[in-house]
Amino acid sequence: MTSPNRPRSFQEIILRLQAYWAEQGCAVLQPYDMEVGAGTFHPATTLRSLGGKSWAAAYVQPSRRPTDGRYGENPNRLQHYYQYQVIIKPSPANLQDLYLGSLRAIGLDPLVHDVRFVEDDWESPTLGAWGLGWEVWCDGMEVSQFTYFQQVGGHDCRPVSGELTYGLERLAMYVLGVEHVMDMPFNDPGAPIPLTYGDIFRQTEQEYSRWNFDQADTDMLFQHFKDAEAECARILAAEPVDGAGRTIPMAHPAYDQAIKASHIFNLLDARGVISVTERQAYIGRVRALAKACADLFVTTEAAQA
Amino acid sequence: MPDLLIELFSEEIPARMQARAREDLRKLVTDGLVDAGLTYASAGAFSTPRRLTLTVEGLTANSPTTREERKGPRTDAPDAALEGFLRSTGLTRDQLQARDDKKGQVWFAVIERAGRPASEIVAEVLDATIRNFPWPKSMRWGAGSLRWVRPLHSILCLLSDEAGATVVPLAVEGITAGNSTRGHRFLSPDAFTVTGFDDYAAKLRRAHVILDSAEREAAIRQQAENLAFARGWQIVPDDGLLSEVAGLVEWPVPLMGVIEDRFLDLPPEVLQTSMKEHQKFFSAKNPKTGRIEGFVTVANIETPDDGATILAGNQRVLAARLSDAAFFWENDLREAKAGMQAWAEGLKSVTFHNKLGSQADRVARIAALAREIAPLVGADANQAEQAAKLAKLDLRSAMVGEFPELQGTMGRYYALAAGEPDAVADAARDHYSPLGPSDAVPTAPVSVAVALADKIDTLTGFWAIDEKPTGSKDPYALRRAALGVIRLEMENLVRASLGSVAVKQYMQTLRFLQKENRYIFLKDTNSNNTLTQFFSITCLFSTDTRFSVNSERVDSDSPVFVCRNKREPNSDSANSLQITSNLEGYYEVLEELPSPNDLAADLLSFLHDRLKVYLRDQGIRHDIIDAVLAQPGNDDLVLVVNRATALNAMLQTDDGKNLIQGLKRAGNILAQAEEKDGVEYSFGADPKFAENDQERALFAALDTAEPAIKAAIAAEDFPAAMTAIAALRAPIDAFFDTVQVNTDNQIVRRNRLNLLHRIRAAGQQIADFTKVEG
Repeated sequence: MTSPNRPRSFQEIILRLQAYWAEQGCAVLQPYDMEVGAGTFHPATTLRSLGGKSWAAAYVQPSRRPTDGRYGENPNRLQHYYQYQVIIKPSPANLQDLYLGSLRAIGLDPLVHDVRFVEDDWESPTLGAWGLGWEVWCDGMEVSQFTYFQQVGGHDCRPVSGELTYGLERLAMYVLGVEHVMDMPFNDPGAPIPLTYGDIFRQTEQEYSRWNFDQADTDMLFQHFKDAEAECARILAAEPVDGAGRTIPMAHPAYDQAIKASHIFNLLDARGVISVTERQAYIGRVRALAKACADLFVTTEAAQA
Repeated sequence: MPDLLIELFSEEIPARMQARAREDLRKLVTDGLVDAGLTYASAGAFSTPRRLTLTVEGLTANSPTTREERKGPRTDAPDAALEGFLRSTGLTRDQLQARDDKKGQVWFAVIERAGRPASEIVAEVLDATIRNFPWPKSMRWGAGSLRWVRPLHSILCLLSDEAGATVVPLAVEGITAGNSTRGHRFLSPDAFTVTGFDDYAAKLRRAHVILDSAEREAAIRQQAENLAFARGWQIVPDDGLLSEVAGLVEWPVPLMGVIEDRFLDLPPEVLQTSMKEHQKFFSAKNPKTGRIEGFVTVANIETPDDGATILAGNQRVLAARLSDAAFFWENDLREAKAGMQAWAEGLKSVTFHNKLGSQADRVARIAALAREIAPLVGADANQAEQAAKLAKLDLRSAMVGEFPELQGTMGRYYALAAGEPDAVADAARDHYSPLGPSDAVPTAPVSVAVALADKIDTLTGFWAIDEKPTGSKDPYALRRAALGVIRLEMENLVRASLGSVAVKQYMQTLRFLQKENRYIFLKDTNSNNTLTQFFSITCLFSTDTRFSVNSERVDSDSPVFVCRNKREPNSDSANSLQITSNLEGYYEVLEELPSPNDLAADLLSFLHDRLKVYLRDQGIRHDIIDAVLAQPGNDDLVLVVNRATALNAMLQTDDGKNLIQGLKRAGNILAQAEEKDGVEYSFGADPKFAENDQERALFAALDTAEPAIKAAIAAEDFPAAMTAIAALRAPIDAFFDTVQVNTDNQIVRRNRLNLLHRIRAAGQQIADFTKVEG
């Protein structure tokens, strides 16, 4: 943290990661325009990790976890936060070295810090996905998740994708030496209008915490869940040939509905209206949607080698 | 004699898998070499996070040449037979030899297998080992199909002797074996070549890798203790953590940190658990204060600032973790001091099992049972009930939510904060025990009452819903619960009739099996009111928890019915009935549950099976336990064990062993006669029909033994009962030596059979001797 190479703001860390992964040849994508719980849900990861076609992408993904809301008071917990996601298929042999290069790029020198790969197998019950890998520790703190995808949407990944996920706020707080997320400089502290993370997100954290926990209309959400589920099934069942005789299966629009159902489930969970036993059933329903979307996607052009 | 060196270099291997992987590598490779005809002097396996290494010394350079002769078909046999023989031997016809045999001329194949060089065999064995390695979990990577625990990067495979070292030619899925490896990921990342194991280990050490995990463990332990000693502290020993940490580093550098003052008031268990689980830190205790005041983290690197940045980072992460813990602790304490009502309320929304209700329901059952059991274990009933009600409240605390392994431990702190007496607080901590065969058993009466109630309720509950362990499946750890009951009773000499306890607890459980529109009916002994052709019921549980069934009135031999309320009678169903007493309406039977007595008997037989396992470890055979289980009071495990122990001791003596034979012989003769004659010989043996001294002596011996046995049994003095019956050995032996039971004189025969009955009856007071083997 004493390195002269040290970034000065949250956004500088993001910009350096963008530049670094662009230099490594990744397509730098923009966030997916839907509410998701993690960067993995972006179709650039979930769907593109399926099938034989090579792929390399990096992007920031705003992520929402309604149950983690703490009205902006907890120094480390947010219901809305950012993940940085890198996905490369097939996983290159030097992926660990590439990753370590990204740490150097944001000012974490592995010769001064203690960087460790500690076993952590990843599983997403809602996506029917799992992989093996590690959580990466820097001086005892988890700074990234590193996973070799083995299965997604119930399909074996061939070839295997390597996925890197950085929890940006936590990583940045460490690099910048900040104790409370709301105190973190978002833009350069020397800018004419310096803005902290709190300037931008404290009020939204409060508002969403209240809505997530107390106000969201659960009857409406239950209905939305059913609607998304039904629409997903309908899209998947649609005849692949359209009225003009073109063959256009619609894996992505169907997957959007699966994402929607997943987020609505998270909201209902935060409202405390889903019992322990029902929980498993809801997760199973979302997984069924994700699997069905994956089944369709692997038949499409984007999945062919 | 060459030496073999193998290194499989990969991305980071999970620490928990390394020890097993070392052993698997050693065994798979050496077994493979030996199977292929090589021998070796010694082998050793090593692991670091990034490598598995095997060294085999004194390997033979070649496998021996072997010669095998196989007899084939006769030379005049049909072509098909010869072709088959050629196929199976892999030879051609001109390679066969024709030899004269007894039956004529026969083809012989002489198959010589030349010895093979070690390198060829090593290549094959290592290839197979890599492809079939039994990792608990393995994965693919990139575009390849090879599986390894994490991506495998390089293979070092070297045979070396006086002449030098040679790489074994081998390639697995594009990875070609070589003679080079790499050192520490950051400190010595460059590749280097090696010529043999000693060179390898020495160069690795220069490249900041300690190959041997035992050496890393010793280094960590030593340096951690030195660091602690310098401050006058002591490291809290934790072998599991030590071996895990040694599997996370190649170049261990322990660093000592101090816990900030603001966290020192946290319970030591919280500090230790948080540091261990989240950070893999060792705890350092200050013996002067008895508190945990420091920690040791083990880095994998030496840095120019001597670890200052690393320690500062770890300290910062720890502070964040402990801030959370302190926040939980303070909130929890506040709730505890306020009486924990919110937690009790919260337990209602935590499902224990969807058929057995919530944790709150479960706590209510355990509390009722703890109250019942309290007098049997010398505990105050109010305290036992109170302890049971408090014991699981910590499940709702934030701290246990974060660290489930602190359940009970926190319960004790919170009970004390709530102003409960020590006995109640200790029970909150200890009621989960014993968790395994070597775990300590609680001895404080209140703890024993709650611990027993907890386990008996669990058993009865799962028995009621027919979720018993089968084969290797025991998802609710019911065998462990049963062993817990046994150990609690045995080690505290608890005298309880488990049968009636189980019946009562079953009734308790049934009350909670009721749900909306789902009613439980039991048969009332006083009722003659037959409502259907199937059963008559007037007794039922109310959903009102104040109403409890009068168990005295329940017919415990009749099954329990789960019924659904219906507005109208279902004319098609004979199972539809009208209940006229407490609840109006018509009911349809959904399910039939076992009668209270059947459930208790089945549960008891499960406990008896576990008891046999428990006693086997103490040297008492299962047949001896079977022999005493036929006696009354077999649901009192202490009584069963006392009987079995006394019987076992007697059977170790000569008198005992011979007595068994005599008793069995008496029993057999009697049983045969009874079967043949169709009568039971049970009384009226009269000494006046005795024909010799031995017979008269047996009468006399029985006259003495019978009351002695009876008195001893009544006093539960089983050793005395054994002594009394053992005294019959000589008279019985003498009787059978000199007297023929089945004599022609029917009066004498009948008298003797009746005498045998007295022997059998005397034995039956003590045990069912027919069950004793041998």
